[in-house]
Amino acid sequence: MTRLSGHLVDTARRLSFTFDGRAFAGHPGDTLASALLANGVQLMGRSFKYHRPRGPIAAGSEEPNALVTLGRGARAEPNTRATVAELFDGLEASSQNHAGSLQRDWLAVNDRLAPFLAAGFYYKTFMWPKAFWEKLYEPVIRKAAGLGALSGLPDPDAYDRGYRHCDLLVIGAGAAGLAAALAAGRAGAQVILAEEDFRPGGRLLAEGGLLDGRPAPDWVAEVAAELATLPNVRVMTRTTVFGAYDHGIFGAVERVSDHLAEAGGGVRQTLWRITARRSVLAAGATERHIPFRDNDRPGIMLAGAIRAYANRWGVTGQRQAADPVAIFANGDDGHRTAAQLAAKGVPVLGVIDPRRDAPNLGGYETFAGATVTGTRGRLGLTAIEVTRGGRAEWLDCGLLGVSGGWNPNVHLASHHRGRPVWDEARLAFLPGPGGPAGLIPAGAAAGQGGTAEAMADGLRAAAQALGDLGIAPAPVHLPAAEAEPARQEAFWHVPGKGRAWVDFQNDVTVKDIALAHQENMRPVEHLKRWTTLGMATDQGKTANVTALAVMAELTGKAIPETGTTIFRPPYTGVSLGVLGGGDTGRGFRPTRLTPSHSWAEAEGAVFTEVGAWMRAQYFPRPGETHWRESVDREARAVRAAVGICDVTTLGKIDVQGADAGDFLNRIYANMMGTLPVGKVRYGLMLREDGHLYDDGTCARLGEDHYVVTTTTANAGTVYRNMEFARQCLWPDLDVQLISTTDAWAQIAVAGPRSRELLTRIADGADLSNQAFPFMACGAITVCGGLRARLFRISFSGELAYEIAVPARYGHALMARLMEAGADLGVTPYGTEALGVLRIEKGHAAGAELNGQTTARMIGLEKMVSRKKDAIGAVMSRRGGLASETRRLVGLVPVDPGAGVVPGSHLFAADAPQDTAHDQGWITSACFSPHVGTMIGLGFLENGEARMDEVITAANPLEGTEAALRVVSAHFVDPEGGRLRD
Amino acid sequence: MLIPHPLLGPRDAQEFTYLGDAALMNRPDPAAGEDAFCDHVYLRGNPAGVHRELWFHEQGDRSWLVVTRNTLTHEILGAELATDVARRSE
Repeated sequence: MTRLSGHLVDTARRLSFTFDGRAFAGHPGDTLASALLANGVQLMGRSFKYHRPRGPIAAGSEEPNALVTLGRGARAEPNTRATVAELFDGLEASSQNHAGSLQRDWLAVNDRLAPFLAAGFYYKTFMWPKAFWEKLYEPVIRKAAGLGALSGLPDPDAYDRGYRHCDLLVIGAGAAGLAAALAAGRAGAQVILAEEDFRPGGRLLAEGGLLDGRPAPDWVAEVAAELATLPNVRVMTRTTVFGAYDHGIFGAVERVSDHLAEAGGGVRQTLWRITARRSVLAAGATERHIPFRDNDRPGIMLAGAIRAYANRWGVTGQRQAADPVAIFANGDDGHRTAAQLAAKGVPVLGVIDPRRDAPNLGGYETFAGATVTGTRGRLGLTAIEVTRGGRAEWLDCGLLGVSGGWNPNVHLASHHRGRPVWDEARLAFLPGPGGPAGLIPAGAAAGQGGTAEAMADGLRAAAQALGDLGIAPAPVHLPAAEAEPARQEAFWHVPGKGRAWVDFQNDVTVKDIALAHQENMRPVEHLKRWTTLGMATDQGKTANVTALAVMAELTGKAIPETGTTIFRPPYTGVSLGVLGGGDTGRGFRPTRLTPSHSWAEAEGAVFTEVGAWMRAQYFPRPGETHWRESVDREARAVRAAVGICDVTTLGKIDVQGADAGDFLNRIYANMMGTLPVGKVRYGLMLREDGHLYDDGTCARLGEDHYVVTTTTANAGTVYRNMEFARQCLWPDLDVQLISTTDAWAQIAVAGPRSRELLTRIADGADLSNQAFPFMACGAITVCGGLRARLFRISFSGELAYEIAVPARYGHALMARLMEAGADLGVTPYGTEALGVLRIEKGHAAGAELNGQTTARMIGLEKMVSRKKDAIGAVMSRRGGLASETRRLVGLVPVDPGAGVVPGSHLFAADAPQDTAHDQGWITSACFSPHVGTMIGLGFLENGEARMDEVITAANPLEGTEAALRVVSAHFVDPEGGRLRD
Repeated sequence: MLIPHPLLGPRDAQEFTYLGDAALMNRPDPAAGEDAFCDHVYLRGNPAGVHRELWFHEQGDRSWLVVTRNTLTHEILGAELATDVARRSE
């Protein structure tokens, strides 16, 4: 069809697109809906429940019907409104929610069954037999329900996240928003103007009015051009502000490349977090329809949307240009559409208006005191029934515009418990008190819907915001708008037989609301849940207020007594992809690499994730075909010669100050203040509730200087808790803390030949047992002057050290140790061998310190000092913990070939395997090259008194069990001679 | 939310770690016994309304703050360094 004159579409350029595989053409400036309407396509979708044929009713984001899937494959995006999808060359769209073709949907059988599918149907019908719900009803209903389908494939697109700050955020670039942004921009305020459309102007593009005698879009273009020159103003089109959050923070989604055929490697959408000192809500208004019998056919639209399609896109909505157009309206607004269409040469049948004194604005017939009482046309409107004075007649009609008044878009104003207030004069809910602080509604969103009023209201809102911010205003001249008749009379629905739709997308009719009323589901909240009103993807933008009015009529109450309708974020649907903002896969959290990571990589290490860290798990050598071979070799090398392992990931906290010792006495359960300079001590940390939560070593490097080490997993928690203790509990202690985990590369050098190896690089330092005994520490230099800290501590039970150098030397130190120790058999080992060595030695680690265990359970209750107070000390002595009888033991299988499975529960050999007889559980297990079988650690009732007893480890869930012998947890060198030599 | 840090000005709440009731600062004297510690560890105020609570500026200057916040409206009525609060109550 040829376009009407005066549109804003670039007809000189042609864009090809497909809908359900059929090729069409449109132009830059079109939406998918406007382009389809221009091609005579009214039918764009099917309704949710009854699968009724549907076309668009709106020209914006409030659209409930014309939902389509854009793109295909992994990029398919379901439930996109055709009315806001910007057309581009090559766009592929498909209709959804039908079995068979859009034209012949066999699920439309639901429509025939409608008498049985009324509101509450599911609640009443699928109650019994009970077992049928899970097996039959739910799967069938789920398969039939839903609109578009997800691809099921990973989202291939990139998303981003950004932060912006401004003095004034203006939401909506229509008449009010443009005026507000211009006023604030000229005054020098930092302004962000956000507009969900791809083109600023709002209803000024749709109304067909004149400003200062020129088409309104010309003024829009001038203002947009001026705003573009102001460095303090940022105009963000294709950006939907979807929610108002605390303290002036707004969430917004910018559709960066959805409108491009090729994203060009850029992001698809950006999630903006906009912090604004003040905001103007100039989000406009949404027209409401009037329910009447069969009011949902394709070809029945909102009258304001018809006006928008005609003025902005130069299209009407009939399938043939000669089809007559009618308007059904309760106010003058609908008449304006009729007059404009008539002036553009569109055949206008007339305006059906229930008011007896309905006006006539010229160029059409007025059916005063009349209503529309029926329609015909299965896949598109062909005729309407007009009833006047009890006499009905059928008239041919290809497009019907319905206008029932306008609902201000109060959504964001109700996000902070703001309650909209009913205005009887305007027949609308207006933004009420209690909304987001600093948010000023303006224009149609505030009930000031006329062009002149909206512009003036925008200026007023800007002036109020500038006044609050202490910014002097600058003059703005507003152009003169034409008079717009706007008288209306309350008229909410046409009573009568048949179904009259209120909520199109979820198929809620006036009858359903009457049924809800009859079944006493009268409060709005019940009405909503009983009928599913407003619960579809459009959240009832075109339905909620009308439903409320119908319920008010049924109950005989006024609308404000019946309830209000408020809104939660988001204003329109937000994809989960953009909320993720790129935090997917590896981007989900930062990856931390140890200082020797690239060295280990070059050595062929296999890595494992430990929290955010990537650590070398083991270092396979040529010929090794199974990880166990590598791990056994590495563990044996440590016991027989020397191994090196990067242990930088352990947390390091530098503690300094005159009261550092006193402070650490309160942090650790055991005494730490008495530690001599140059010594290291093992320490336990408790939670205030008395349970163990971390362990590690504490080294005293100087009189007022300690270094605390934590487990890898708890590095952040321990630091936070120590800061809490320092700042909140004991602020007068002279102590300072800083995390130095990333500052020092720390390498474990373990094994009988570790001293020999370290001596080779230690710049002549005396590392003999006399000069540097077990648990000694000190500053040395290595490799010819590099400062280092040496700690003689052991996690493996062997003679061992940990050496720390500035992090940037970690890589080089590993390489140097390998070189210097080649003849000693130096072997790099990873976290697997580290775990084997510590299990063999019976050291507790994360599996034993799981937050539910105590010092008593790991046999270290004597470390909880009674001579001083410390965090958790008092509670560790409470009855339940003090009488704890489970102890850490070692476990070996009676059958040397049998497995030891962590997580298995322990039972006496002849006891029933149930909760009442549960005696503990296995925490850690591994194959021990030293013992030659699997070994385990576990907590067992009275474990210390049950050495050599054979017990059962059972996993009733898996149906496995094994006979285990109870042994000492110290499989290696229980006397500790090796680490002291 | 924006938290008015007494040293750094308004900071985004995302930079902070939340702990809860500022009563956690009132650690009992060790001589007060098990019951006093039991209350301290397990009983917290969680009012619908004005609440004094602890926030840690973990991704910032590592200050613990006592923030007075209305839990119904999220209005923040003030924020102090926990150190100052702790010193005052001593």
